[in-house]
Amino acid sequence: MTTPSTTSEATGDAVRLTGISKTYGSFTAVHPLDLTVPAGSFFALLGASGCGKTTTLRMIAGLEDPSGGSVRLGGRDVTALPPYKRPVNTVFQNYALFPHLDIYENVAFGLRRRGIKSVKQQVGEMLDLVQLGPLARRRPHQLSGGQQQRVAVARALINKPQVLLLDEPLGALDLKLRRQMQLELKRIQTEVGITFIHVTHDQEEAMTMADTVAVMNAGRVEQMGAPADLYENPASTFVANFLGTSNLIEAEVTGVLGGTLHLVSAGQKLTLPAARSRADVTAGDRVLAGVRPEKITLAHRDDEDAIPAGRNRVQGRIVDSSFIGVSTQYLVDSPVGAELEVFVPNVERDARLVPGAPVILHWNPEHTFGLDAAQDIDAGTESDDEPAPGGGGAPAAAGAASAVPAGGAGGAAA
Amino acid sequence: MRPIRWLRKNLVVIAGVLALAYLILPNVVVLVFSFNKPKGRFNYTWDHFSTDAWQHPCGVADMCGSLTLSLKIAVYATIGATILGTLTAFALARYRFRGRAATNMLIFLPMAMPEVVMGASLGTLFLNMRIQFGFWTILIAHIMFCLSFVVTAVKARVMSMDPRLEQAAQDLYATPLQTFLRITLPLAAPGIAAGALLSFALSFDDYIITSFNAGNTVTFPMFVWGSAQRGTPVQVNVIGTAMFAIAVVLVLAGQLAGSRRKAKA
Amino acid sequence: MTTTTAPLADAPPDPAPVPAALKRAARRRRSVPYLLLLAGVAWLLVFFVAPMVYQASTSVQTGSLDTGFKVTWHFATYWNALTEYWPHFVRSLVYSGIATVLCLAIGYPLAYTIAFRAGRWRNLLLILVIAPFFTSFLIRTLAWETILADQSPVVSFLNRVHLLDVTTWLGVTEGHRVMATPLAVVCGLTYNFLPFMILPLYTSLERVDGRLHEAAGDLYATPFTTFRKVTFPLSMPGVVAGTLLTFIPASGDYINAELLGSTNQKMIGNVIQSQFLRVLDYPTAAALSFILMAVILAIVTLYIRKAGTEELV
Repeated sequence: MTTPSTTSEATGDAVRLTGISKTYGSFTAVHPLDLTVPAGSFFALLGASGCGKTTTLRMIAGLEDPSGGSVRLGGRDVTALPPYKRPVNTVFQNYALFPHLDIYENVAFGLRRRGIKSVKQQVGEMLDLVQLGPLARRRPHQLSGGQQQRVAVARALINKPQVLLLDEPLGALDLKLRRQMQLELKRIQTEVGITFIHVTHDQEEAMTMADTVAVMNAGRVEQMGAPADLYENPASTFVANFLGTSNLIEAEVTGVLGGTLHLVSAGQKLTLPAARSRADVTAGDRVLAGVRPEKITLAHRDDEDAIPAGRNRVQGRIVDSSFIGVSTQYLVDSPVGAELEVFVPNVERDARLVPGAPVILHWNPEHTFGLDAAQDIDAGTESDDEPAPGGGGAPAAAGAASAVPAGGAGGAAA
Repeated sequence: MRPIRWLRKNLVVIAGVLALAYLILPNVVVLVFSFNKPKGRFNYTWDHFSTDAWQHPCGVADMCGSLTLSLKIAVYATIGATILGTLTAFALARYRFRGRAATNMLIFLPMAMPEVVMGASLGTLFLNMRIQFGFWTILIAHIMFCLSFVVTAVKARVMSMDPRLEQAAQDLYATPLQTFLRITLPLAAPGIAAGALLSFALSFDDYIITSFNAGNTVTFPMFVWGSAQRGTPVQVNVIGTAMFAIAVVLVLAGQLAGSRRKAKA
Repeated sequence: MTTTTAPLADAPPDPAPVPAALKRAARRRRSVPYLLLLAGVAWLLVFFVAPMVYQASTSVQTGSLDTGFKVTWHFATYWNALTEYWPHFVRSLVYSGIATVLCLAIGYPLAYTIAFRAGRWRNLLLILVIAPFFTSFLIRTLAWETILADQSPVVSFLNRVHLLDVTTWLGVTEGHRVMATPLAVVCGLTYNFLPFMILPLYTSLERVDGRLHEAAGDLYATPFTTFRKVTFPLSMPGVVAGTLLTFIPASGDYINAELLGSTNQKMIGNVIQSQFLRVLDYPTAAALSFILMAVILAIVTLYIRKAGTEELV
């Protein structure tokens, strides 16, 4: 899986980071990191605040000097180039629109700096692309959040950069607008065909928009791949918990038989396809067996006989249920673990499934994934889950702020 | 019951208006007595109405000369203090460096020092270095005490500026010089203007420090001081009123222009 | 997987080196603040710090203008200055202290009115507070001579309501006049430094969110309690800055004492000025200003520590 840096400077790569790292004093924001982004892709860097994703982005833009390693854009080493000499543009968090210039001049800024005299047509076309033509002579503060966001995109895109960097571009928008802008950005990316690198803490946003997602944690990339691939085959507990939710059951391997791992946890037998286990285990080892809440079917204990054979089963008792429209979310206590989550689509609701009811959780063994039991089982759960940073618009101090560990500046501001 | 409740509710406002009256009263007196034709040399008691002083504002020996000198010093001191102060403010607001705290302290001290102390010590130095008192010593002193005020005003403004705006400019192909000229300077302009305005007012109005460093040179405040002993000419009131009126008109015009630009945009 | 790379498992044994160009740029950036500071700091060092140091040496010199001054470590100058002029020191501190308290008492309601009650008049009121600055303060102080003159309407009124009898009994006026009394000097000091109190007060009050008043009211606070527990504490930075900006210049001022007072109201500023400009006794003038500086710095330091505000620096 590792790409040696000696491979050809493939023309298909828009960005190639080699051993890039960033330290602030004794704090390591980004551990030496290799990353290749294919040209034309919509790439997402996903992680909680303080995981180093913004620092990585800023090193690509040239706004942060790496402590080591190199940055290549389309095969050219740009590590030593200042930001204004790099063919990349950034959509900043909270946009950083120039308050003393109108929308037209904001969008024309990059063209004018490169000495292009007649900008009228290009600016006009770009404003049309983001549907802001009539507002060209307004000042940024007279625009709504969504409009400002589109100006920021237009201002960057008009320069036809090799790579467009987006730093939490939707963080300051409300939920509905964010959904709308996700589609809008995706449409623009398809239309212009430029490589987008999108930094976000919102896993749903990353999965909706990107064709490749890299999940970052504590200055390292935990896993990288297509959204569905990451979701179905998480490689670590962090990815399993951060990307959606997972039920992780600690189990002991009792045997390996024909590509299937046989497990036991608190006396309940489970099976797991060996190919879906990230941990190389044999009988006697421990493993974490994971299953997504929506893969599980919930049956009342009275109906136990109706469950088809060959499915993984776990006994439990409902402790809580909340109705959320399309589905009902249950929390089930069981001998294999507390508070297992189950999403049951609201097709035919079983009136017996109320808190206190004894139930059987069962699922197709093919939907089980295996993880190394040596990891923190709670990595990536809610404690890392932060509200959108900087929603209020308080300018984070210098660039260093992006490297402050979670719970530092961001937590204090909230 | 009603009037008492009204009084209680508006007590603060009444006190505020009285304070404002206290602040404005001397200016009203200056205005009124600029139309006086006093009997003796002292313009303290009202005698009868006259526009003589307004028709001959320079009718007093040396007054307009001192006024011109004060304006000249104020302009030069403003330019000097604004340039030096702005550079210093940028260093303090934008960089972390060894000696930053000490520099902050150095900037703060002149503002925490009674003028008489600063004036006397600078005067002693000039005296012992056998430097001729006059225009240049006054200018040096004025730049010295205006500097801190410019630094404070500009620093506050620069610190409140979002550093990402400059990063965005660099990201959009602006060289450091272009970034400074097109983004940083326009955004910092209100702070620089405030510092310059303050410098001008402080320099033009200074008497205490000037008196220690002027020698035989007479600035406008020094002329007023000297005339206070012999009897202040009515023309001094004319100048005072005219300055007040010009300042108010300029400020109002600036505000009007500002609000019109906002409305247009 | 669509891409072919993955993170390095751990730090590589030999991290990629930082390009030399980057190092050069970083070094250049480190020197930028010093270049920016150079002129301004040099100016202050030569024309502010050096004179202070020189002042210190002058204060222990002896000699005369004819024979020249020499450093003789004559500390008796300090002793003589203190024994002779301590009443002026005390008077300066008392007058400027009272003026500062009066400025706070008069300025706070005005700053509060502008910040919370002025509505669309806010800008006009602010201009009116700043505008007096633009008339030379000497001219305005001379106007107080007119206002407080013996036959002026104000003084006549105060006499008619016998208020001056009260102030005379308190020892701040003499007979039926206001001019040439402590009251006139303190009144002038208060007037002259009032804008220096109002502006910082206004700046910090303006930042107080008006909704906090509603929140306090919602939580059963009376308007007065709201002020005492919410508004005033939040305006503390303004109070500290305003009191310092009033007290420091007032304590060194000699113009109000000169124009509105008599020889009995002379402050330490008057003494320094006359020692320097008229008596030409530079060592005494230097010693006096050094003592004044030390006293002020001590008071300011204590005050800032007590008020717990470092925002000024």
